[in-house]
Amino acid sequence: MRGTLSDRMGAAVLMAPLLLFLVLAYAWPFLGVVKWSVTLPTPGLGQYGALATDALVQSVFIRTLRIALIVTVVSVAAAYAITMVWVRGSPAQRIIAEFCILVPFWISVLTRAFGWVALLSNRGLINTWLQSIGFISEPLALVRNEFGVIVGMTHFLIPFAVFPLASTMRSLDERVLLAARGLGSSRMRTFWTVFVPMTRSGIIGSAMIVFVFSLGFFVTPAILGGGRSVMIAELIYLRIFQSPDWGLGAAISVVLVLFVGALMALLFRYVRPKQLI
Amino acid sequence: MPTYRPGPVSLILAVLVALFLLLPLLAVIPVSLTPSRMLAMPTGELSLRHYRALIEDPRWLDAVLLSIRIGIVSSVISTVLALCFSLGAWMFQPRFTAALVGFVLLPMVVPPVVSAITLYFLLTSISGMSSFFGYDTWLGVAMAHSVMTVPFATVLILVSLSQLDRRIDLAARGLGAGVWERATRIIMPNIKFGIVTAALLSFVLSWEEIGVTLFITSVNAITLPRLMWMGLRDNIDPAIAALSVILIIITVLVLAVRTVVVKMRGGH
Repeated sequence: MRGTLSDRMGAAVLMAPLLLFLVLAYAWPFLGVVKWSVTLPTPGLGQYGALATDALVQSVFIRTLRIALIVTVVSVAAAYAITMVWVRGSPAQRIIAEFCILVPFWISVLTRAFGWVALLSNRGLINTWLQSIGFISEPLALVRNEFGVIVGMTHFLIPFAVFPLASTMRSLDERVLLAARGLGSSRMRTFWTVFVPMTRSGIIGSAMIVFVFSLGFFVTPAILGGGRSVMIAELIYLRIFQSPDWGLGAAISVVLVLFVGALMALLFRYVRPKQLI
Repeated sequence: MPTYRPGPVSLILAVLVALFLLLPLLAVIPVSLTPSRMLAMPTGELSLRHYRALIEDPRWLDAVLLSIRIGIVSSVISTVLALCFSLGAWMFQPRFTAALVGFVLLPMVVPPVVSAITLYFLLTSISGMSSFFGYDTWLGVAMAHSVMTVPFATVLILVSLSQLDRRIDLAARGLGAGVWERATRIIMPNIKFGIVTAALLSFVLSWEEIGVTLFITSVNAITLPRLMWMGLRDNIDPAIAALSVILIIITVLVLAVRTVVVKMRGGH
């Protein structure tokens, strides 16, 4: 019966509303943004030329890449440690690890950024404590700078790095690890030469997800960077609402989408989407 | 039970990571109890004044009610659209299904700031035509949130459909049930849990949404995250600490209830 007219109509009637909704509310307006990038303030590719020459835009791009790289390395390493315990620990350890991963995951980005302000600011927990034990006399500058941004973003992204790692760690073949141990390999050696290579696709997937997320990150850098450590997304916001320089904001958005698209294409050449869930 | 257990080094590192993950959530508790008008640690006495401020200042309650209204509307829109789409994809498996699903997932993959500028373009374009729908209106925010949450709802419903036995549907079809009957009386009761989860997740995502909301609201449609953002950007108001504590407690309670429900259902 497949392929008859009524079947095709059934599929069309059911699937059309969402597709239509996304075309009208998402795809079409994105083309509008692309149009802004080549028509504002004057028609032409001037805004893209500006991206290649404007020193401010370039420094923001470089800072964004640098922060994204640091955040990726730290988040994946931290996620690896806690995922080990979540997937392979004793039942009690697994419950605690799951709680520590899922509770922050479900708490909003604003609450989490605020938590870091409460910890890191001049009158926050860490500075108050360090001063009270006499370790420092002046508060340390831990926030409203790049350090604060990196800490906050790493905190936000660790749970996202956990999921692909957990999926590869769950599915790998136990017998290989037992064989390595049985043949006399030490715990450390088994870990570095057998376990880590076997979770390679999880590491790649996890790193790509974290890296792509960090590129478009907005809220955490804006709050913890305090305007001093502007990343691409905040630059777009500032160009739209403060300068207003819609053309440049739109051009940066288009470049960001192309860049992320290229990275995703690269990701799916190495990792099948199913391995990520 | 895995035979390859984490060793002492992994355990120590994992404890450090766990502390790192929980620390900022715990740090807001003392701040919320400070008697000071500014963000500071309490020195000596504790005070509930910032919790009282949340109740006494009508802006917070207004923002909560608006966020709930927007959350419900956008959750209904995205769940219904996602459900119809997923049923169509599962029951008829048309050609290009993978490409169509890929298209639906775009708002989840594209950097949120790009979605934000896109929805800003859309809503400012509509604003010229209508005063109650468009930039800085609650209906506009609800629609924008639907765009952002619909991929998540679709993924959840597609996952629950993929676990459903196709033969149930084939049997109903063989017995002469039409598309509508099969969808509402056979398939939907079987993926009830997935549909409810999709609706809840859409609500939560809308309730927390800030990246897009910042771009499409200014003075009228102030959702709770938007109000928090304003308090965080200008001068840091300890009322946000009190609010954060409340939100964290709600999250922990909901997660605990969910864990119990999942345990009772015996699956995940």
